Amino acid sequence: MVLQTKLNVLVRQFLIGSFSALILIGCGQKKGGYIAQDEGESVVAIPDSVDFSLHIKPILSDRCFACHGPDKNAIEGGLSLHKAEDAYAAIGENKDRYAIVPGDLNKSELVNRILSEDPNLVMPPLESNLTLSTSEKELLKKWIEQGAVYKKHWAFVPPESPSIPNIDNDSWSQNEIDKFVLQKLGDQGFTPSEQASKEQLIRRAFFSIVGLPPSAEQVTDFVNNTTPNAYEQVIDSLLGTSDYAEYMAADWMDVARYADTHGYQDDFERIMWPWRDWVIHAFNKNMPYDEFVTYQLAGDMLPNASKESILATGFNRNHKITAEGGVIPEEYRIEYVEDRTNTFGTAFLGLTLECSRCHDHKYDPVSQEEHFQLFSFFNNVDEDGLMANAQVIPKPYINISKEEANGVLDFVNMTNTTKDVKVMVMQDMSKPRDAFVLNRGAYDQLGDQVHADTPEAIMPFPEDLPKNRLGLAKWLFHDDNPLTARVSVNRIWQRMFGKGLVESSYDFGNQGALPSHPKLLDYLAIKYRTEGWDMKKMIKYMAMSATFQQSSAISDEMREKDPENTYLARATRLRLGAEMIRDQALKLSGLLNPEIGGPSVKPYQPDGIWEETTGGGGGSTARYIQSEGKDLYRKSLYTFWKRTVPPPSMMTFDAASRDLCTVKRQETNTPLQALVLLNDPQLIEAARAMASKALVEDSLQGQIGYIFQNATSRRPDTAEMDVLQKFYEDALAKIESGEIIPEEYLAIGEYEPEISVSQETLTALSLTAQTIFNLDETITRG
Amino acid sequence: MGEKKILADNALNMNRRAFLGKSALGIGGAALGTLLGCNFYQKEGELLTKTDNPMGIKGILHSPHHAAKIKRVIYLFQSGGPSQFELFDYKPLLNQRRGEDLPESIRNGQRLTGMTSGQDSFPLVGSLYDFKQYGKNGTWISDLLPYTAKMADDICVINSMFTEAINHDPAVTFFQTGSQQPGRPSIGSWLSYGLGSENQNLPAFTVLLSRGSGRPNGQPLYTRLWGNGFLHSLHQGVQFRAAKDPVLYLNDPQGISKSTKRAILDNLAELNEKQYQEFGDEEIQSRIAQYEMAYRMQTSVPEVMNTEKEPDYIYKMYGADAKIPGTYAANCLLARRLAEQDVRFIQLYHMGWDQHANLPSAIEKQAKDVDQASAALVADLKQRGLLDDTLVIWGGEFGRTNYSQGILTDTNYGRDHHPRCFSMWLAGGGIKPGIVYGKTDDFGYNIVENPVHVHDFQATLLHLLGIDHERLTYKYQGRRFRLTDVEGHVVKDILA
Repeated sequence: MVLQTKLNVLVRQFLIGSFSALILIGCGQKKGGYIAQDEGESVVAIPDSVDFSLHIKPILSDRCFACHGPDKNAIEGGLSLHKAEDAYAAIGENKDRYAIVPGDLNKSELVNRILSEDPNLVMPPLESNLTLSTSEKELLKKWIEQGAVYKKHWAFVPPESPSIPNIDNDSWSQNEIDKFVLQKLGDQGFTPSEQASKEQLIRRAFFSIVGLPPSAEQVTDFVNNTTPNAYEQVIDSLLGTSDYAEYMAADWMDVARYADTHGYQDDFERIMWPWRDWVIHAFNKNMPYDEFVTYQLAGDMLPNASKESILATGFNRNHKITAEGGVIPEEYRIEYVEDRTNTFGTAFLGLTLECSRCHDHKYDPVSQEEHFQLFSFFNNVDEDGLMANAQVIPKPYINISKEEANGVLDFVNMTNTTKDVKVMVMQDMSKPRDAFVLNRGAYDQLGDQVHADTPEAIMPFPEDLPKNRLGLAKWLFHDDNPLTARVSVNRIWQRMFGKGLVESSYDFGNQGALPSHPKLLDYLAIKYRTEGWDMKKMIKYMAMSATFQQSSAISDEMREKDPENTYLARATRLRLGAEMIRDQALKLSGLLNPEIGGPSVKPYQPDGIWEETTGGGGGSTARYIQSEGKDLYRKSLYTFWKRTVPPPSMMTFDAASRDLCTVKRQETNTPLQALVLLNDPQLIEAARAMASKALVEDSLQGQIGYIFQNATSRRPDTAEMDVLQKFYEDALAKIESGEIIPEEYLAIGEYEPEISVSQETLTALSLTAQTIFNLDETITRG
Repeated sequence: MGEKKILADNALNMNRRAFLGKSALGIGGAALGTLLGCNFYQKEGELLTKTDNPMGIKGILHSPHHAAKIKRVIYLFQSGGPSQFELFDYKPLLNQRRGEDLPESIRNGQRLTGMTSGQDSFPLVGSLYDFKQYGKNGTWISDLLPYTAKMADDICVINSMFTEAINHDPAVTFFQTGSQQPGRPSIGSWLSYGLGSENQNLPAFTVLLSRGSGRPNGQPLYTRLWGNGFLHSLHQGVQFRAAKDPVLYLNDPQGISKSTKRAILDNLAELNEKQYQEFGDEEIQSRIAQYEMAYRMQTSVPEVMNTEKEPDYIYKMYGADAKIPGTYAANCLLARRLAEQDVRFIQLYHMGWDQHANLPSAIEKQAKDVDQASAALVADLKQRGLLDDTLVIWGGEFGRTNYSQGILTDTNYGRDHHPRCFSMWLAGGGIKPGIVYGKTDDFGYNIVENPVHVHDFQATLLHLLGIDHERLTYKYQGRRFRLTDVEGHVVKDILA
């Protein structure tokens, strides 16, 4: 019974999210201060010195701000706790009470209320379903005792150059990154891992920079290259490839919610791939990030606007557009403007602006009015909320001719296109549309009129900038903007290390995660900005760090002490992303078609999945007509994206749905993934092609070794070779006994290799390759 | 950015892995394991391999918020918006005043869709099909639904449903996810997340699609309707299809035997285990377990999909279509089989109810598609004792107008979308059987008694499963989300 009660309490705490402080510290991170016993088993350490940003604000934000925070219309009892002056102010009918009196627990009503056992008085109130743990109450008390000092939210204070840690006897660091990391490791009593094996290192470099595996030769060359800068040579050469640009573009497709269809209802096809080709082009020529973003936000407004810069503004037209008969056009037009606004927030500011559409933001200093001020930057397009004709590209758009694709837009691949193409772009009306606060966010509930402006708490809009998208882009890249550089460099970090220094890369606000290495983040943000927003340079800088080059092996001790690898005492083992899993198989098998850009293609997909959900509308998207020949083997970046039925094998591996801007994917491990890896014809065919390639080796061991080394970037050891060789021989026996039918198995997929060996041999070797393709190691970055 | 992520979004920015483990499998159990002791991390691998649960889903709620009335739900979603006037909401006044214009006092400025907002007049039209009263309470049911009529004492008809959306995409999305715009988890995903799976070999949330004969080319569906939104992808709905691959990628490649597949898995496990020894990454253990789960699904899915051994009397109950894979009737039969296997949430979609024109002939066919099989499902569950702890839901995303869309003739008319009132029925555990709930005015235009909002419906569904809809939350992007957003009241009046 006692246990049951305890369980209930714990379950409740788990649900409401107040468990954080509860267990974690109890599991081995007792540091300093005294120890409080919680309702549960756990023991929580209360620090000697309570820090507002680190300890208090997360509690206030999560448990109190909904009624006592930035949303001025939701404030209960006249108390708000997000600013010191409000929290210290007199409250109550007679203005004779105080929520917080710094240093005085007895006079601080907040303390009475959080400790109260009276259901009518206790805070948070029962009906909120929120509670405070004992340790959280202790923290709040101690904070008030120590003077209830407030600090501005870290992310809204512009980064300042931190001093580089000076560490004694540091023979490990390769660059400044490592010094910051090493300092934190030292604080925890941790030490960095040894360097990864050269095989693991080159594999990691390849997947992190180009999204493809190194070939066996590339691995061998690197292993045998003993010159001191061998690794740097690899990094430089990878950054010079178009594979790099394509891989960067694949990431950007999530941010830009790119798709080949309009996304609602019948989900008609659209043409945005020339915009995607531009993205690849921009990465290829290493366009600085500020220019890259400015082109996309305001390429049409630049003084030297070109067809290219106008094409780039397609970024803000990638949102869904409806063609559903009967909708009210204005309602949907508002949705599109909202989408642009929220994308701007998530992609560039790391803010959840969507939370301030219906009311003031509950957690961050963005009022509803400010939301619609930002909204009004994107509100001036002469567009239709409802497509009059779903087969016609919605205005405004530009026309791209074949001549242009051979000239000024030579990065647009129109090889297989016979006609001119129309691509949606941004273009403002000569007179901006009037914009209003929309009450409850509803399209027809107009409140006060607003004009283009930016949230005060982030950075006031400089008076000398134009109040349009170009001015907004300049505001974004202004030296005083506290967010842009941090948010963007954090995403590069996320890409290279598996998770950001701010783990919630989509939310730098009060409810977001705190940076694990705040000084390092600021150092990188300032470096990025002052060195010209050079993406390749930043990627190289991270890749060259000793931190990046560590082994990913996990010791029992570190698994216990830092299971999330927050402190970076090792490299994180990362599963390959959806695109990489398929692209790797194509690359290994030699089937990969390296063509860049052009209309999206339709590789293998299970029969009938478009057909069974269509209502018959949708035109070219009602039926899936599989591509032929080389188009089956394009990189996954070019796979046709039907938003209402996205490619299932990629979705199974956590690709973003492209409904909304996404800056961080899930990382899951499910039985459906096993089914794809085992049974997707694309992968079985690739295994067969791989096997036929391996026939360049004479011996069976040579062949298995060839496949294994290409797939995992290392040679198999004897034990592994034994397992695989036995498997091969067992497969041959099964062919003999009729359990495996070579003609059938070899007929999967369109590719017909020239076979110099018997069907039996090829089948057994293909199955061996398929097994190797399914290894956890094969689908892992290393 | 999933479970994994969000759980890390906690106050002190502590690491999540310490109590959840990277795989995020068996989350509730694992988390509790942690809560009760610090040694969880070692336990996760064991938890995965030792619990015999292939889908690996344990609910986050270790115990319900209150006693549950039901264990599972079968949702017969009638996609397109069935007309309440030809089925459940009997309005003789509309026949008496046929052809007269809808009085402005009734319409009262209600929003119209763009389909009829251009019409000069809004001629009232009553049902071409007669109604009779059935059951102890005299429930009015149309002649189009003779089988449903016979089970009037088993179902609770709600004539006072209303929604906020007037177009299909937002309206269906609203019903299934609680939000008009895409991106939130669907009901089944919430249940999988909250309650987990009781089945050892099947997903907690399965989806079956069929196409109606009323309007074969009509409303599309979108896979996001059974998507997991921001929840872990283990909670996504898995479509069971009347196709070669009943679940996508389920079948082994052609030309290899089961024993070959087994050999592949055994070798994989051996090699992966070796990697685990070297790198110590729990994710590898989890992957080994997932391959085993996939292997078991390869048996369990075809088994449950194979209805050949069903006796003749069962086929007679469900109707001739039940022998044709992919029909609504066949899917109803499958729904019962899945319910027998304790699948938590069984979602059917039957398309074709969007009858803007030629409604009388279209709805006759469409009703025929679903009437017998829906009733058979309820009866079949009942005779197996399963109806006591199963909720069956029948209904669409909105209703239809009381006036004709397009030209009204003696034998023909159409109806546009109408969100202000429509009908659905519920049957099963915890629901008062044989009642009619809620009332519309004589024009069938507005609700006059006991309105039930979509969020109320969702709150009630969760309530029956032992869940307080305000307390099943998931923190994402800093905010706690729930199926019912910030609204919803349990409809206590219909609870048994």
